[in-house]
Amino acid sequence: MTRATVIPPAPVAAPAVAPGVSRRPGRTQAWRRLTTPVLLVAGWELAARSGLLAPEKLPAPSTVLATGWRLTRDGTLLTHLLDSLTRAGTGLLIGGGLALLLGAVAGLLRIGDDLVDPPVQMARMLPHLGLVPLLIIWVGIGESLKVSLVALGAFFPLYFNTYAGIRDIDERLVEAARTCGLGPVARLRHVVLPGALPALFLGLRLAIGAAWLSLVVGEQVNAQTGIGFLMMEAREFSQTDVVVLGLLVYALLGLLSDVAIRTVERRTLAWRRGLRAT
Amino acid sequence: MAPGTSGDLTGHASVLTATGVRRQFGASTVLAGVRLNIAPGEVVALLGGSGSGKSTLLRVLAGLDQEATGQIVLRGTTAVVFQEHRLLPWKRVADNVALGLSGPDVTDRVARALAEVGLAERHRAWPAELSGGQAQRVAVARALIREPDLLLLDEPFGALDALTRLRMQGLLRRLRAEHGFAALLVTHDVDEALLLADRLLVLEHGVIAEELAVPLGPTRTPDDPAFGALRRRLLDRLGVPT
Repeated sequence: MTRATVIPPAPVAAPAVAPGVSRRPGRTQAWRRLTTPVLLVAGWELAARSGLLAPEKLPAPSTVLATGWRLTRDGTLLTHLLDSLTRAGTGLLIGGGLALLLGAVAGLLRIGDDLVDPPVQMARMLPHLGLVPLLIIWVGIGESLKVSLVALGAFFPLYFNTYAGIRDIDERLVEAARTCGLGPVARLRHVVLPGALPALFLGLRLAIGAAWLSLVVGEQVNAQTGIGFLMMEAREFSQTDVVVLGLLVYALLGLLSDVAIRTVERRTLAWRRGLRAT
Repeated sequence: MAPGTSGDLTGHASVLTATGVRRQFGASTVLAGVRLNIAPGEVVALLGGSGSGKSTLLRVLAGLDQEATGQIVLRGTTAVVFQEHRLLPWKRVADNVALGLSGPDVTDRVARALAEVGLAERHRAWPAELSGGQAQRVAVARALIREPDLLLLDEPFGALDALTRLRMQGLLRRLRAEHGFAALLVTHDVDEALLLADRLLVLEHGVIAEELAVPLGPTRTPDDPAFGALRRRLLDRLGVPT
């Protein structure tokens, strides 16, 4: 009988993680990370059921969910949600469009930088939510107030990231493109735009965050529709479950929009994960 | 200063004729009236100490410096290979090579150019996935596909390790024999200059201070006694004790 040399098994190492590749938590770790949130919600439910929490202060999570289901079925939630989404979308479109335009002008042209950037830098110091009284005087308390607030909130982060994204492009790449015979328009398309894209995505995510925040504040001023209106109305009737539901909807909107942007970002910026994406 | 494409047709048909090229940065004059001639198919190495203005001159000839003065007459097209590969990180290798080209046959031409530098199978890779030598070969392919009459090389192998550098020098020699392009090779490597060039220029105090023919055959090696003699002479000229 021949005897083969017995090689001791290699120690089971954690799978090597390539740099730049996000590490997926193992299953046990994922479960462990879920423990605290689940315990907190369970504790909340228990405290509410046992009467430790007064229902008018904080209703049980199950009550909030039941209210959510009721308002979804009779269509109330959807109507208000659509109104809120319209405001956020309109404001984001106006503020974001203006930010992209002015950011590009300031980032690309010397004269644009001199004329556009100083006033924007100054205006940035104003907390835009503090402008509510002035905005009420200017545009009234109607729809324009909400849209203006969202537009203002979305403008600044997108402007600054557009500007920085364009400025940070490696001049040497632009030069290489010139030696390949690319004219100004082609350089914009093949070098400047893709080079600024990571910063644009970051700006967009920050802008959307600011848009939701502005919406929350704006909808508390004399709104007749929208999630904010739903909450303010519920407060008058001490329907705490609807107030909590409104908060939950706001949180979900923020979460969903962030996930959506991240997904698009991952697909568009595949080149950054070079080592994994072949 | 814009490089012209027409010149006096009575003179010998240089691919590049530059006269009186000057460039100042503030008070310091980097190029003080450079004269330069490159014949079709000729490889000229431009040597000089660090800070002597070699790269500045190459950028002027490539049309990347708008503030230089003088006259440059180019007959034909140029392409540039820089010290860094300068590939666009957001374009795959094939799209980087094809940058700025259009037409139905671009795909075939890209495949051929990549095959010539030995990277045919990497056309789908991102630049970030390539080694330094591979990325520089893609940069060479990006220049070659333009079928330049004059290739401007700015220390193209300076950032590579010694072994890769030797391979790249061999590759450049082969490509030059196949395509017959003229080249201006900016380098600080005397051996590289002697291996690749037909003529050497030394840039000093803003002018071409020395011109030296390299009468070595196409299959030259550093073991050649004539190579050693030239090398000593050149190092002497550059002020390096041997």
